[in-house]
Amino acid sequence: MIAHLASTAPWWAWPLALFVACFFLGIIAVPAGVGGGVLFVPIIAGFFPFHLDFVRGAGLLVALCGALSAGPGLLQSGIASLRLALPLALVSSISSIGGAMLGLALPAAILQTALGILILAIVAVMVSVKNSEFPLVTRPDALSRALALHGIFHDGAIGRDIEWQAHRTPLGIVLFIFIGVVAGMFGLGAGWANVPALNLVMGVPLKVAAGTSSFIISPAAALIYLNEGAVLPMIAAPSVLGMMIGARIGGRLLHVVRAAAVRRLVLALMLFAGLRALAKGLGIWN
Amino acid sequence: MELTERYARWLAWGTRISIVLLVGAYAAYVFGLLAPHVPIDQLQSLWQLPASQFLERTGVRPGLAWTTLILHGDMLVLAAIALVTSVSIACLAAVLPIFLRRGERAFAIMCVLQIAVLVLAASGFLSA
Repeated sequence: MIAHLASTAPWWAWPLALFVACFFLGIIAVPAGVGGGVLFVPIIAGFFPFHLDFVRGAGLLVALCGALSAGPGLLQSGIASLRLALPLALVSSISSIGGAMLGLALPAAILQTALGILILAIVAVMVSVKNSEFPLVTRPDALSRALALHGIFHDGAIGRDIEWQAHRTPLGIVLFIFIGVVAGMFGLGAGWANVPALNLVMGVPLKVAAGTSSFIISPAAALIYLNEGAVLPMIAAPSVLGMMIGARIGGRLLHVVRAAAVRRLVLALMLFAGLRALAKGLGIWN
Repeated sequence: MELTERYARWLAWGTRISIVLLVGAYAAYVFGLLAPHVPIDQLQSLWQLPASQFLERTGVRPGLAWTTLILHGDMLVLAAIALVTSVSIACLAAVLPIFLRRGERAFAIMCVLQIAVLVLAASGFLSA
């Protein structure tokens, strides 16, 4: 059906449909607490006629623009830590370049299959892993002490200042190398992995982890995609704009919708998109 | 505070300006104010191809070759996208003097390395 529509629909129908789809993805992404990239890539790759290269290129830009828009507010409110983000962003940047080059060199069917497996694994992680709001860090490691990876933030929900410090920094750095490769390879952004890595491994409070995650999403992989011809203006621009406008509305809806219900909807969407990517990669459902 | 405030200010303005330019460039492209390098009516057959084949068919080499075509609507959108992706380079450059003044050499080196990595990725050197 998609192949039939791809040849019969007028050209403008696709960017318009893309804008509308991204607008709705943006609305649900914020209350569900997921980045746009992890929703965008499997859904757009599964149900639009674009090659996976262009979808991944646009996915990285969608994730990046969401992070850039949210960044100033997160920094000013003290929820994001630049000191914590800088070393992790550096290793993640370097490895995401490797991931992007690897992703652009692999055959689409293998990537599509791997994408399906990865999305299903992310759904499993989202369902089973319970983040910790204020992890207990008794002794920071030497690297954390040397780089002064600690801070204080005001938690408005409980009305008090919370002191935090990071631990297991070397393990965190290794994890962020891996996250960078995966993010660059599949164009997913990295919020889905950054937050649990910062929170559960490095012991950073959940809100600081979510805020700092935006500053670890690197534009390096997107620049590789751009120079390899994998950023198509007709796909990338409506995706970014639709997602940004949708996310603004999603941010306002945050106070009125039931986040748990939206999260269940997003998980169901990701489960379906992951199965679709797997079936497409294996040639079962094209 | 000075550090985060300066980074946040550069980030806010950089993002704002680059998104406005992206919207303007995309409007010029879609409404035909600037002729595209790749005709819009051919896109439907091209966007189903891998990026390498897309470049071959459209006569653009990998790397920064697209910048020589910047007066075309589609390439102007790419330039705006490149600007969006480069905002953090400006932010890092803006906070570098603060780290140097405070004597935080490790963070100053990280800023320089991160800028170098992003400039390398943007340079097209890895793609050529």
